[in-house]
Parts: sequence; C-alpha cells; structure tokens
Amino acid sequence: MTNTVATPAAEAPKGQSTLLLLLLKLRTFIALIAVVVFFSLMAPNFVTVANAVIVSKHVAINAFLAIGMTFVILTGGIDLSVGAIVGLVGMVAGALVLYGIPLEMFGVVIYPNVWEVIGIALLVGTFVGLINGLLITRMQVAPFIATLGMLYVARGTALLMSGGSTFPNLIGKPEFGNQGFPALGSGTILGIPLSIWLLLVVACIAAYVATKTPFGRQIYAVGGNERAATLSGVSVNRVKLAVYMISGFCAAIAGLVVASQLVASHPASGETFEMNAIAAAVLGGTSLSGGRGTIGGTIVGAFVIGVLSDGLVMMGVSEFWQMVIKGVVIVGAVILDQMQRRIARNARLG
Amino acid sequence: MSALERSDAPEIILRAEKMTRVFPGTVALEDVDFDVYERSVNVLIGENGAGKSTLMRILAGVDQATSGRIVMGGEEVRFSSVLDAAKKGIGIVFQELNLCPNLTVTENIFLGRDMTMGGVHIDMPRQRERARELLARLEHDIDPDTLVDDLRIGEQQIVEIAKALADDARVLIMDEPTSALSASEVEVLFRVIAELKKSGVAIIYISHRLEELVRIGDYFTVLRDGHFQASAPKGEATIPWIIRQMLGTSEFAKRQQREVKVGEPVLSVRNLKLPRVGGGYLVDDVGVDFRAGEIVGIYGLLGAGRSELFESLFGLRADARGTVTINGKSIDQLPVSKRIAAGLFLVPEDRQRDGLVQNLTVGKNLSLASLAKVTKLFTVQNGAERKAIDALFRSLRIKAPSPETPITSLSGGNQQKVVIGKSLMTEPRVLLLDEPTRGIDIGAKEEVFRTMRELADQGLAVVFATSDLKEVHAVSDRVLVMSQGRITADLPDHEATDEVIVRASTKGHAAPAHDHPVQDQ
Repeated sequence: MTNTVATPAAEAPKGQSTLLLLLLKLRTFIALIAVVVFFSLMAPNFVTVANAVIVSKHVAINAFLAIGMTFVILTGGIDLSVGAIVGLVGMVAGALVLYGIPLEMFGVVIYPNVWEVIGIALLVGTFVGLINGLLITRMQVAPFIATLGMLYVARGTALLMSGGSTFPNLIGKPEFGNQGFPALGSGTILGIPLSIWLLLVVACIAAYVATKTPFGRQIYAVGGNERAATLSGVSVNRVKLAVYMISGFCAAIAGLVVASQLVASHPASGETFEMNAIAAAVLGGTSLSGGRGTIGGTIVGAFVIGVLSDGLVMMGVSEFWQMVIKGVVIVGAVILDQMQRRIARNARLG
Repeated sequence: MSALERSDAPEIILRAEKMTRVFPGTVALEDVDFDVYERSVNVLIGENGAGKSTLMRILAGVDQATSGRIVMGGEEVRFSSVLDAAKKGIGIVFQELNLCPNLTVTENIFLGRDMTMGGVHIDMPRQRERARELLARLEHDIDPDTLVDDLRIGEQQIVEIAKALADDARVLIMDEPTSALSASEVEVLFRVIAELKKSGVAIIYISHRLEELVRIGDYFTVLRDGHFQASAPKGEATIPWIIRQMLGTSEFAKRQQREVKVGEPVLSVRNLKLPRVGGGYLVDDVGVDFRAGEIVGIYGLLGAGRSELFESLFGLRADARGTVTINGKSIDQLPVSKRIAAGLFLVPEDRQRDGLVQNLTVGKNLSLASLAKVTKLFTVQNGAERKAIDALFRSLRIKAPSPETPITSLSGGNQQKVVIGKSLMTEPRVLLLDEPTRGIDIGAKEEVFRTMRELADQGLAVVFATSDLKEVHAVSDRVLVMSQGRITADLPDHEATDEVIVRASTKGHAAPAHDHPVQDQ
C-alpha cells in the first residue's frame, strides 16, 4: 500500500475480536483441558485416581520452582540456579540425616530432628538466593549471568559433598531421634500426598503475596516500569533481593520433596529443572520482560507440562519425540501470547 | 481566570533560597531563588536546559541540592525522597509519564503508599473508593480498575495528577502537564487547577506554551542558563516580556553563509501520519519537500514529533503511513537498508546508543554502514576500506591520532563527526540529523555546522532537528516548526524571528501553516 492513510488493521468486527481475545487469554487453561481430553482418549489408564496422584506429584516439584521463578521473572529477572539448588539442598538434607553435624572440637555429633533438617535446608536455599540477589543488586551483575554462575557453584558444591555419590537410605535412626524424613515425599492426608497439600499452601500464599500485599504490588511495578517504581518510593533493590530469596526458598522446598520421595539424595538431581520452571511460567502467561503474569497461570502451566510429559510416556511416545513436542508447545504458547497482545493493542488503536 | 482574591494577598508557602546544583562538568542551577505563593499558579519558564526541571526535581525530593535551603512555613526542610516530600505536602506530576502500564489506575495511584490492613493486606475496596473520589475531583470518569496501558495519554496524565494529589498535597508541581493533552482535556485541567487553587493548593506550573501560561499564571519566574533571570506578577508578564527574558539577546554563533543555489526537491513527503498508541498522532499529516543544497532546521519542543518524523522517514516506524519519495522514486514500505540505498540517512539523536559501536575503532565505525561498497567475494577489501576511511577521516578533520583510535577516546564533537562520516560513506542525497549538537561544546558545534554547510554545498539536502532557537538561526536556510506532530510554520530563515518561531512551536491545534514550502529567494 503506497499512498493514502489507511488505519492499521483491526477493522475486523469488534465482537469477533473480543471473543478471540477471551479465548487467547484462557489459552493455557484450554490447553490443559485439551491435553487431558486427548490423553484420556489415547491412553487407557490416564484418567484414574492413581494416575492423577502420580501426575500431580510430578507437577508439584516443577510447580514449586515455577512459583519462585514467576516472582523473579515478574521483576524482569531470571533465576537459572534453581535446579542446582534442588540438588544442593537435597545433599544438605541427606548429609544431616546420615551424618548429623559433627562438632570435632567436642568430639560429638549432633543429629538434628526432621524439623530442624528441613529448617536448615530451607535456610541454605534462601541463602543461595540471597547471594544471587546481592550479586544482581549490589554488584550489578546481569541476572542471567549471576544465576548461571550460581548454577555451577551450587551444583559443584553438591557434588563435592559426597564426591559425586548418592546419600542412600535417608530414614534416620530411632536412637538419634531423626526418623520421619521420607514422610514428606510419601505421606498422605485424606489419601492425597503431602507434597500436593504443601503445593496448595505455597501456591495460596504466593498468590496472596503477589496480588494482595504492597510487596506484591511493588514486584509488578518494578517489572512494569522500574523508573516509575523508584519515583513512587519503591526500593527497587530490596524488591529484587527478596524475589531471588523467595526463588531460592521455593527451590529448597522442591529439593526436600525430591530427596524425600527418593529416600536418597543424589547430587545431580534437579538438572535442567530450571528450564521446566521457566517453561511453566511462560506457558502460564508470564512475560519474560517482566510485569505480566500470575501465580495461578504458572500453576496451570506447570500442569500442562506435567500432563503432557506423563501422558506421552503412557502413550509410549519416545523420549526424543517428547522433547520435540515440548519445545513446540512452549514456543507456540509465546506466539499465542504475542498474538493476544497485538490484537489487544490494535483494538485500542482502532 | 479571575484575578487573585482581593481580600488578602497570598502568602509565600514555600521558598527556595540560593539553590545550587552541580553535576560533574556542569552547573545546572546556580544561586536560584524561587518563591511559591499559596492559592496561586506559580509559573516557571525557561528554555530547554535552563534548569527548571532540575529545580523541580529538588523540590520534589527526587534529587538533592548541592547547596541552598528550602523553607516551608518558616522552617527549613529537607526532602530525602519523593515519598518524604509527599508526606510533607509536595506532590509532583513529571514531564514524562511515570506510570506502570501493567498495573491498574488504583494500583498506580497508591503504589508505594498502599492503604493496608495490618501492613500486609492491601485494602482494595478503600483504595478503589479513594481513587474514584480523586478521579471525580478531577472530573474524570475513569474506571479505577482499568489498566493504565489501556488509557489514552491524556487520561494517563489525569492519573498522574490523581497520584500526586493522593497525599493531600499543599504544593503541586506540574512539569509540562499539557504536552500530551488534547484541547478539551486542557480545559478540564485548567478547571481542576482553578479548583485546587480555591482549596488552598499552591501550584508550580512549567510549560512552554506561552498563551497557556499568561492565561492561568499568577506569578512568573524566568530562569536562563541555570540562573534566576526575572520575576513578575500576573499582568506585568506578557508574552513579549517572557520571550525577551527567556532568550536574552546574546548571539550564539556566526551564521554559515550559503554558496550554492538551492536545487530541485530531493525528498518529498505527503500525508505522513504516525498513530500514537492510545489515540491521536505522533506525526500528523505532514507534507513537505526538502531540496538539494538546502539546510532545513526543524524546531520544536519536547514531544513535538521531530524524532518521530525522522524515524518514520527512515523506516523505523512500521505504523507510519503516507507517501515518501526520493527523486520521484517511492520509498515508503521499504526497509531501512533499501532506504539507505535510495540515498537517505539518519544521524540519530542518541549517538552513544544508536550511532556508534563503542568497542570498534574510529575507522571501523566509519565504514560500518557501507561495507558492501568495499566487499568483493564476501570479503572486506582492506585496501579499499582503508582508502575510503582515510578520505573521510581527513575531509571531516576528525581530531584523533589515526583511524585506529578507539571511538571512546574521542570528544563528543568528534564522535558526532564520526557518526556523520559514517552516513556520508553511504553517499546519501538526504541527510537527516536529530539534535546533532546534543552534548557537545560550543566550539564543536560550530565545526558540526560547518560540516553540514559543506555537505549542503556539495548538493545534499540537509535536515536537522533542534530544540535550541539559536541553533536554528545559526545554519538553517529554511525553518520548519513542529507542534503536536504537525508542521506549524515553514519559513525562509530571514522571516523566522524568534517570536514567530516560539509562537508556532506552542500552537496547539492550528492547521498546518503551509502545505508547500515557501520559496526561498
């Protein structure tokens, strides 16, 4: 079109575009329903209570990471170290259960009970997040680089703790009073695994913090317009520091659940988990440029990924094809996201 | 527009004394006194860079003065942050919008000052109620739950004002509040200002639109080059008075005389429009010709649409619509690389960010846009590249030991010459320069102007944008003035007096003055 003044696009009837917009907004949810329906038709045992529990347990681990990741991405950052934190925290918990805390100068070994083990492990995860946050806010290291470095440091530390081998049989001993660690992974309340109850609690708190508290508001503000946030009196650095600590904390929960489910801790566990967490957040509508996304969306995103991979396994699809399909789904989600924004923008322009 | 309350003269509510702000390398503000009267509109005027915004940033707690004191109600006060200033009763509406587009109206208004229950739970119903009240006071029926991104610019401005009022401000600073508003929105804003005055709020008002200022101002203060210049109450401050105080009479630079006669139109623009997100146009129906051998200066205030016009011409704005031809050949819808090949080049406003590759040498920067010319068989021919670089390096008199010098070690003026040189290697027929003298000293400015004149003499059409009146006169053969995305004046330089230019640049919604360029005799 050479001359004349054509109004850019968006000449389509208004009702049609609002319906399309609504469908696009609910796309993750629609995708979830679609994959569930698809697999219930294709894989005979997919829609059973037992299978639902198994899938949920897989989803929970990714969802913990994805919740923390969502907070970080909302501020416009990224946390690549969460998978490594899963490994490190598992090793810390394993070492505490098996070997306790040796105090050589007194010649004694203190065996913390399960609650103390969990507390220390969570502190370790949060501390790693704190270092990430300090690197990013104080040293001005780009989040991608800071957390990439931390990925290697945390993974290396985990491997160093055992020389690369597994800490097995984390059941504790009655004489040390440290039994009960496996319950976190295998215990149930009302027939539903503990880890899922835990996810419910964490997700609710996270959603509350994100939507109802001044801190949550500030997270969105920092991601939306850092300068405006600063000029409104928001301490941008404090907000950033906090989200990386939250991410570390959430990764620590995931690490504990993984180690407890396996009743063993392996230093390589959690490898590439960070990618699944990012994928869940993005599938759920979180924008990598910050400021846009919800905890609810991220949880749904985690379920889409979980259902997809478990369903494909049950259908007997090869692992290689699974990877291809997952990649297509993730990129497709982002394309739909861009489409939604373009349509919304045109609706406003027109 | 009623006169001041006759009963008792307004008292000074805030007084800034001997304010000085030194930035590394420049003194932005020196020994400036500024009185703010209650129940009045206190107007602050000055050219770009006169120190208005610096002074306001200090009063609003964004920045701290190097020396000087602020007295409020007889006591000396200090504002450590925006929130601190807000608590002490000073609200500010910034020149650029500072809202989070991803949050709702209510969320933006209370960002950083949320109403909470127990410090944890945001009391949304109460905030929403208060937001509604504030917006009602501003006569705007905006749903408090709308995303700011979905509002028109004018509505966003209203939200900014509501945000500034949320803390019951006694002094409200408005930095160019009308630059983004439509005529009817301006009327509403003026009613709001009258209301605020009546309720006891002192308003500090910064604007470049002189008609607007004399209409609503009660007290006028003029700054020039970081110094206090003059002040006057309503009535004494007329438009000619303001322009005289603002500009002074000092000459800036020797005029560069033209040697070659102006030739045929090279770049022709018709009906060029660039829509703005949220309604309206950034470039509004521009039609103009640029001719060989001629230097055209485009004057306009911040946000007048100069940069947007250049970017539209250069193909950086996909939304732009209209006809653009070079030597009769249509170039609209072409990508940037094709427009360069057709003979157009843009020297961007921000040379650090858009113009130079910091980690390359002077020579490599010069040849960056024209590597194809010296490439054979996918290989850059060192000899040919070297020859082209050396020729430019000498003809532009770039002050550097050699073309191998890192670009970062050059002064601002010489860096600018490299950016211009880079464009010359593409052998353009039209050169667009956006604020070519930004951030370089007076001597270097003259050098840049001389270069521009030489290029025009060689037959190029040279177009530059500036917000400095003295620069317009220093080098232009023809002056265009832009306001609100439109061309509001198109005059040969000898007809373009300061007053005509300033008036045209503040024209709100006038039709374009001329569709065709005035013949330059």
